[in-house]
Amino acid sequence: MSSHWSDPRPLSPFTSIWRWHITMLTSILHRVSGVALYGGVMVMIAWLGAAAAGPQYYARLMGLMASWPGRLVLFGFTLALCFHLFNGVRHLIWDGGHGYDKKIASRSAWLAFILAFLLTLAIWTVAYKGLGLL
Amino acid sequence: MTIKPTPYKRITGLGASGGGTGHFIKQRVTALVLLVLVPLFLLQFLSSFTSGYDGVMAWLTTPFGALLTLFMLSAMIAHMRIGLGVVIEDYIGGAARALALMLNTFLCAALWVIALAALIKIYFGG
Repeated sequence: MSSHWSDPRPLSPFTSIWRWHITMLTSILHRVSGVALYGGVMVMIAWLGAAAAGPQYYARLMGLMASWPGRLVLFGFTLALCFHLFNGVRHLIWDGGHGYDKKIASRSAWLAFILAFLLTLAIWTVAYKGLGLL
Repeated sequence: MTIKPTPYKRITGLGASGGGTGHFIKQRVTALVLLVLVPLFLLQFLSSFTSGYDGVMAWLTTPFGALLTLFMLSAMIAHMRIGLGVVIEDYIGGAARALALMLNTFLCAALWVIALAALIKIYFGG
């Protein structure tokens, strides 16, 4: 868009002028995590494809995922999924016309972060225990 | 806070696009579906995933495992197509926008077909 932008009026300088607040962060991260999860779905479908292709392909993909960069990416996808899930609930509640009060919106933002971290840790703890790594 | 409803006549097929609430509603319906299916999937997936290839194949060859995975991925792909579509509309303009929206649609369609094919192969051939 920027290359075609000819409107001389100033753009909203929201990220450079406003003090950063938690609801701004959740709003931006909802979009960021959503775009990231596009990649997460591709990884899930790669996982299904590897399972369909046979044990040797499955083992190769698992080898990639078990590497430290692989684990970091998977952890990021888990966190993105959990955050997008809980923050999505906030959006659904807003769609119902509730929770717009400044203090409530800030509190629910913190809650979304906390719940996302807790669920991510729970998922990885269960996975690590199941795999005998913990 | 009180909600002032949009008049019904403005919702039903008016405006240049001939409709504007379709994606809005679909995005929320798929969100609600995913709110149920993702936790269900995670509960089932984790125990089969940690049992390795055999555990995964055993779960995906049960009707519940195969259908849950298919329904969840279908809802996810529908949801992410609309979501990335909004992002594209926000940041990309002109001919590039139309191209990006088309690629988004093609990619989502291809991903769904691949997921379906993989699940069918696992279910009937595994």
